Amino acid sequence: MTVPGHELELVGRGNREGAALFRKWFEELTAAAAEGRGAAYVFVMGSLAELLRTFDFPLVFPEINSLQTAVRRVAHEYLDQAESYGYSPDICGYVKADVGVQLRGGQHPMGRIPKPALAVYTNACNTYIKWAEIWARLYQIPVFTFDVPGGRSAGYRSAPGDPDFENDRRYVLGQLGELIALCEKVSGRRFDIDRLRECLHYANVLQRGWQRVLELNRSKPSVFNALSDGTIYLGVANGFRGTAEGARFFENLVEEMSYKADRGIGTLTEELYRLIFVGVPCYPIFRRFNEFFTEWGGTFVNSTYLWFASGGAHLGFQYDLQRPLESLAEGLLVTVRAAMDSMFFQTEALVEMIDLYRADGVVFHPIKSCRTVSTGLADNRRALLASRDVATLFIESDMMDRRVVSEAQLKNRVDAFFEGLAARKRQAAAAC
Amino acid sequence: MASSLADLRLLPDWQGKSLELVLEDCRDLVEDTDFPTVRRWREAGGRVVGHFQVYFPEEIAHAAGTLPFKVRGAPIEPTRAESHFGSYLCSILKTSLELVLSARVELDLFVTHPICDAARNLAGVWGRNFSYPCEILYLPQNANSSYAAAYLRGEYRRLLRTIEAVTGRKVSDAELRESIAVYNENRRLLRALYRIRREAPWLVSADEAYVLVALGGLVRREEHNALLQYVLPLIERRSAKKQDRIRVVFTGGFCEQPPLDLIRTVGRSCYVVDDDWLIGLRWIVEDVPLEGDPLLNLAEAYLERSAFSPVQHDLRKPKEEMLLKQLREARADAAIITAAKMCEPGLEDQVAYVRALDREGIPYFVSEFEENMVSFDQLELQLETFVENVLFD
Repeated sequence: MTVPGHELELVGRGNREGAALFRKWFEELTAAAAEGRGAAYVFVMGSLAELLRTFDFPLVFPEINSLQTAVRRVAHEYLDQAESYGYSPDICGYVKADVGVQLRGGQHPMGRIPKPALAVYTNACNTYIKWAEIWARLYQIPVFTFDVPGGRSAGYRSAPGDPDFENDRRYVLGQLGELIALCEKVSGRRFDIDRLRECLHYANVLQRGWQRVLELNRSKPSVFNALSDGTIYLGVANGFRGTAEGARFFENLVEEMSYKADRGIGTLTEELYRLIFVGVPCYPIFRRFNEFFTEWGGTFVNSTYLWFASGGAHLGFQYDLQRPLESLAEGLLVTVRAAMDSMFFQTEALVEMIDLYRADGVVFHPIKSCRTVSTGLADNRRALLASRDVATLFIESDMMDRRVVSEAQLKNRVDAFFEGLAARKRQAAAAC
Repeated sequence: MASSLADLRLLPDWQGKSLELVLEDCRDLVEDTDFPTVRRWREAGGRVVGHFQVYFPEEIAHAAGTLPFKVRGAPIEPTRAESHFGSYLCSILKTSLELVLSARVELDLFVTHPICDAARNLAGVWGRNFSYPCEILYLPQNANSSYAAAYLRGEYRRLLRTIEAVTGRKVSDAELRESIAVYNENRRLLRALYRIRREAPWLVSADEAYVLVALGGLVRREEHNALLQYVLPLIERRSAKKQDRIRVVFTGGFCEQPPLDLIRTVGRSCYVVDDDWLIGLRWIVEDVPLEGDPLLNLAEAYLERSAFSPVQHDLRKPKEEMLLKQLREARADAAIITAAKMCEPGLEDQVAYVRALDREGIPYFVSEFEENMVSFDQLELQLETFVENVLFD
């Protein structure tokens, strides 16, 4: 069978373009470092990229820098350096890898990271706050905790008009004004609301695209692997949020995934089992970890990671460009809260995900480095099992530290999980 | 509050007893992992609001006639709770859940706070296992925003509504003010206790002071106040001689609590003249005004007139500078810098503390602890060596 030329060009385009954008991004960061330009250090859950770009800050995502050291198998060098400086083996590996990067003057496997001019971070992860305190000590820079109250309990979300929502919204909007004043001071530029509109427009396109791409993976076979391909798309969703390139990437990605869904083109894996991933990937053995599953015909159709690590972009929130600041405040509140809820109150979301994505199993992967994501997973698994007859796997390792990644043990557990899945399938077939 | 509850005494009789006997009773109560005061309160028909470390505006729960119970773990084996958590977590998370899974403590409401990445998960974990309300109180993380106090007032109003739903009755501003007055008195007494520790630490040992403070998380504050009013003069009249010990500030006990025996071990070779044990019970450092909006007054006190800890970020309170100030004000010779095992905020701040102490040339002793630890021989030996080095340097 001959594959049409445009299909050859289209299928796999997202991965190729994503990798190219990443290289370009780090080239730009390296150039910024060489020019001595101070960056805005931000995080994936509530980066405020839409606003910070209007001041032309180069954006540095230390989480992404850190995971890149693990993917490139040099994380241990950075972790060792931070531990020699005094940081405990028992704290977040992302923080320590970044401390290593800072102590090396920004030297990173993908280029050179510029120093911060300021740090802006939400409370979606408490470690963000402690991390920024480290930069404040190292560089005496301003740091801004952008506080976005999350969901208070399972099953209840305040909505616009509710007194609780309005209380939160006033707080978020007030902080937005305070952050703008700080950015003007640090950058020496006046805030330009039309540029904000432009960035919000691009973010709208990106978020709409991200939501649609995730929906398209309900197709059978799935059109991308949420663990491997999804992480590439996630990187673009964060690094290029609020830019024309980011918007174009997601328009193209929707086109690619729609094409695949319409024609029943799946991933490279012959799809036997559809899985959901809960937690943070095992970056020290990123490719191998994924192969543990694909070798058995398992593919990840969705993950909570693609929700929280996109800062809640999965909601496809659309900013109202007629009232940009108010809408940005509301968007931050809704999306960052959703990111937090997908970590702390996720049982109902998982049940829904299992149905929508016709999943055969759920893989829980708590990690040593991240208590935000990992603390509740064992209990969450118990709750899921109580409400659903679904196969689950619970495996622990780390996102950075290869000292706590036992490849052989992980593989044994994964193999046993698939044997169980196969038995379930046989029993189901016999019962029909 | 029902009159039967208002008259209920949760502590064993202490009136007329010697200081030593009262302290012994207090120690037994604080170390009792069945929490008999909470049980007694519930058996009498009272409601219990359990709040996880570190700070909680107890005045609000108190005004509603409930017993605010400080959930601070316990030195027990988390046999039931273990399977609800993964590895690499601090002990207090597990033992706190164990207390309720094992029915040692029964609650009517559970509140946790975004103090750390692990603790903010507790509302989800508890909520999946108990039918009573379990929620997060979002204390503001941007303490420097001019909008923080107004936001927190709204959040306290929301909390009050939750508590009112539990008790089934409305709370008036007058009741809130009465509770604030009770707590102002409690804060005054605790400050007096700490003043004795700073000025005459030989009069009250570190572990004695600890149990006197910890009782506050187990009983209604009126009763705690009465006990402190009885005990403090007895402590001041105690005949004890000053010994040749170094003065230290102990830090790292803001959430998970060091075992009482560890505190006793430290107290054998040092005068612990200040600390951050149960800092949430002493978070507000001045009286909260009684005039005006009581919830706004509480919110402003949390932000503007408060202590410091690794879990509150405030640009006005750089942690290492706050520690140095604490050391100066306590006229301490050295610092004991600890962290609970797997406690990220504590472990992260150790680095900043140690660098600041190095810069200032202040001796320090670094250690980790766990609430369940039972052997202190090694620690005692290391500490004695440290003390000798400081004394003879």
